[in-house]
Amino acid sequence: MNFDFSPEQKQLRDQARRFLADKCPPAAVRAVLEGSHTHDAALWRGLGEMGFLGAAIPEEYGGVGLGHLELCVIAEEIGRALAPVPIASSIYLTAEALMLAGGEAQKQAWLPKLASGEAIGAFALGEGVGRVTEASIRATVSGGKLSGRKAPVADGEIADVAVVAAREGGKVSLFLVDLNGPGVTRETVTSIDPTRGQAVLVFADAPAERIGAVGDGWRLASEVMDRAAILMAFEQVGGADRALEMGRDYALERMAFGRQIGSFQAIKHMLADMYVAATLARSNAFYGAWALSTNAAELPVAAATARVSATEAFQLCAKNNIQVHGGMGFTWAFDCHLFYRRSNALALALGSKSTWEDLLIDRLRQRNEAAA
Amino acid sequence: MNFDDTAEEAAFRTKVRSWIDENAPKHLEAQLRRAGFASSGGTTIEDSKAWQKKKYDAGYACPSWPKEYGGGGLSPIERVIWSQEEGPYAVLSGLFTIGVGMCGPTVMAWASEEQKRDLLPKLASGEHVWCQLFSEPASGSDLAGLRTRAERTTDGSGDWIINGQKIWTSGAHRSDYGILITRTDPTLPKHKGLTMFFLSMKSPGVEVRPIKQANGDSAFNEVYFTDVRIPDSQRLGAVNQGWEVSLTTLMNERLSIGSGMPTGFPELFDFCMNLQTEDGPAVNDRAVRSRLAGYAAKASGLKYTGMRAISALSKGETPGPENSIGKLVAGAMMQDLAMYALDLQGEAGVLADPAQAAAGARFQAMLLRSPATRVEGGTDEVLRNIIAERVLGLPGDIRVDKDVPFKDIPTSGRAKA
Ligand SMILES: Cc1cc2nc3c(=O)[nH]c(=O)nc-3n(C[C@H](O)[C@H](O)[C@H](O)COP(=O)(O)OP(=O)(O)OC[C@H]3O[C@@H](n4cnc5c(N)ncnc54)[C@H](O)[C@@H]3O)c2cc1C
Repeated sequence: MNFDFSPEQKQLRDQARRFLADKCPPAAVRAVLEGSHTHDAALWRGLGEMGFLGAAIPEEYGGVGLGHLELCVIAEEIGRALAPVPIASSIYLTAEALMLAGGEAQKQAWLPKLASGEAIGAFALGEGVGRVTEASIRATVSGGKLSGRKAPVADGEIADVAVVAAREGGKVSLFLVDLNGPGVTRETVTSIDPTRGQAVLVFADAPAERIGAVGDGWRLASEVMDRAAILMAFEQVGGADRALEMGRDYALERMAFGRQIGSFQAIKHMLADMYVAATLARSNAFYGAWALSTNAAELPVAAATARVSATEAFQLCAKNNIQVHGGMGFTWAFDCHLFYRRSNALALALGSKSTWEDLLIDRLRQRNEAAA
Repeated sequence: MNFDDTAEEAAFRTKVRSWIDENAPKHLEAQLRRAGFASSGGTTIEDSKAWQKKKYDAGYACPSWPKEYGGGGLSPIERVIWSQEEGPYAVLSGLFTIGVGMCGPTVMAWASEEQKRDLLPKLASGEHVWCQLFSEPASGSDLAGLRTRAERTTDGSGDWIINGQKIWTSGAHRSDYGILITRTDPTLPKHKGLTMFFLSMKSPGVEVRPIKQANGDSAFNEVYFTDVRIPDSQRLGAVNQGWEVSLTTLMNERLSIGSGMPTGFPELFDFCMNLQTEDGPAVNDRAVRSRLAGYAAKASGLKYTGMRAISALSKGETPGPENSIGKLVAGAMMQDLAMYALDLQGEAGVLADPAQAAAGARFQAMLLRSPATRVEGGTDEVLRNIIAERVLGLPGDIRVDKDVPFKDIPTSGRAKA
């Protein structure tokens, strides 16, 4: 048994960390927050050039062909640095969907561009307020043309291609749509985390190619989201760890009543609880990484577990980090709110926590019934 | 990243499995599987001792101890495989947990070679049960504040005379030996004047009085020492080195990783699958599912944190401080989970008779026992302090008594008039 990353994978992590420390300091995140763009294009290109985006994409499709464990390692660093890039939409979701169910021509057309960062992908499922379910999909495709409205779509403003769930003959399937083609209008929408953009996409007879079998859309989307949930859990764990470190560092530095605030037990114990949550989340993310890299039968359970645990840890660490910082934590100038924003945005991406809690219980139940 | 056994590990697992299959007391299995939380399911001390002796003869009682001290000379990973395979029979070893997990390693680190060869095999085989005589009425979390005195006799024998009182001593009423921490020099600061011994619980002047616990059981005791004589050869470590010796004991508690604290989650999940409500099984209910999912993620997090520690061990690394989180998470979770299980039972949740209550009254037993888990072996607050200070590097608490001679430390919290 070996429940850890390999020395080579740890080296990759160090390499990614150094790269991001250099190319994505907090000032770079802030530039997106305060500027007019929804991502850092230079950073995105750099991530592509370094081979980070293509880590899990096979070499025959222009990737580096390492594997999903390596992508997990990279995702954690992206999370730590709060990198303002569309990696979840483009890599965890779009590239995964293509690798799972794309036809040969679709893979040849898009995977190399996604791996290099030249093209950006988006994943368009939801159509409004409330939980996204199969029944909630209303967009339609007929005669190879898509019509409907998708909102919110993460990174929808900058994406070149989208994987869209829509009904064809009443059944939900997934479709690939060139967003630079006809029949597509997009509108950027303000969100709680401007460092990862959100858009509304409106399709009016936009050309669409099906991915996978007719009527297999919801099952496929769920499978893609399970895989993305594990990668996203690593991002969340990375963010949680960094928020905890910030809190710890400030607790050592800030003085009150003639002592470091980190010597008050209320602060110490709050930080200890953050550490506990982050540790549990990390261990569950490892479980997910193992399931993802081996395509284990347990992947659905592992994904939901990792997701619930990581969401809880990042939200706790980010909100308590503000608390430790006091009034300073509530200023625009301090970075605490960047983590607070991201933790809450990631908690909703891929479906909210309560959605994943439901999934987790369904899956545990299926597993138990199968074992009985 | 994989969970597969190596070829050697797989071979060892097969060997262990068939040994257990041939040797385990199968007639107790059903009883042990039903055993509620912190109970032995009605099995006896004799049952425990018989299983321990069998394991000892095969080298599985203390798998990773050296053979000359009654161990099996196995690797840490083999120890883990053993405990994964032992299954319900591990309940029988509860009687020996403190001896094997804490007293044994302390004796191994500090006693003479002759004593180790004499004492440890009998401890391992279950012939002798050991207890840990540390806490006192006035010193639990603040262990170094203890007052039980050890004074040298003046008759030239070098023997020590012990007077004082210990409390909360688990299993003292069933123990043959104990490790005992005492104060030898009250003029030194509190951590500096302590000395450790081992002694027979049959020594004249030792009196054990059971304490009735809040849950109605009597697993812990008060132990009184009245002019108890201990030969100097039974001292562990140097005179006034007792604090350092006690750290061996306390650290070994944390090292017994991979054994995995129970959390109650699998039982609660089963219960919710079977509990019928107007809308079908309770597990269909949104609110129940949300609560269950939170518990599931915690239980899983603990399990895989243990796996990470085992991996570190198997590579010859020291497991990281993340292992200090196990009891902190499991203790509070178990208590919360028990309250929730009773809530789901409605008014009938109040019943504690195994014949009448839901799930054989397992959750009622858990409710009543779980407060102890948050106190024993370091309270939740002490564990949070340990994480904050040793893992996160935050400052220690202010200690006004640290450098004061022990005899000058105030003893009452109420201001003097
Ligand atoms: C079931 C059970 C079995 C036990 N078995 C044994 C045994 O076999 N041998 C043995 O020696 N002992 C045993 N103990 C004793 C146990 O180790 C102590 O109860 C424990 O260390 C707490 O000490 P205390 O009871 O004196 O509580 P106190 O130390 O008085 O604590 C009271 C409260 O104050 C808090 N507190 C204390 N210090 C601090 C601090 N620095 N910061 C913040 N909060 C603080 C505690 O967290 C707690 O909430 C057992 C206890 C139980 C419940």
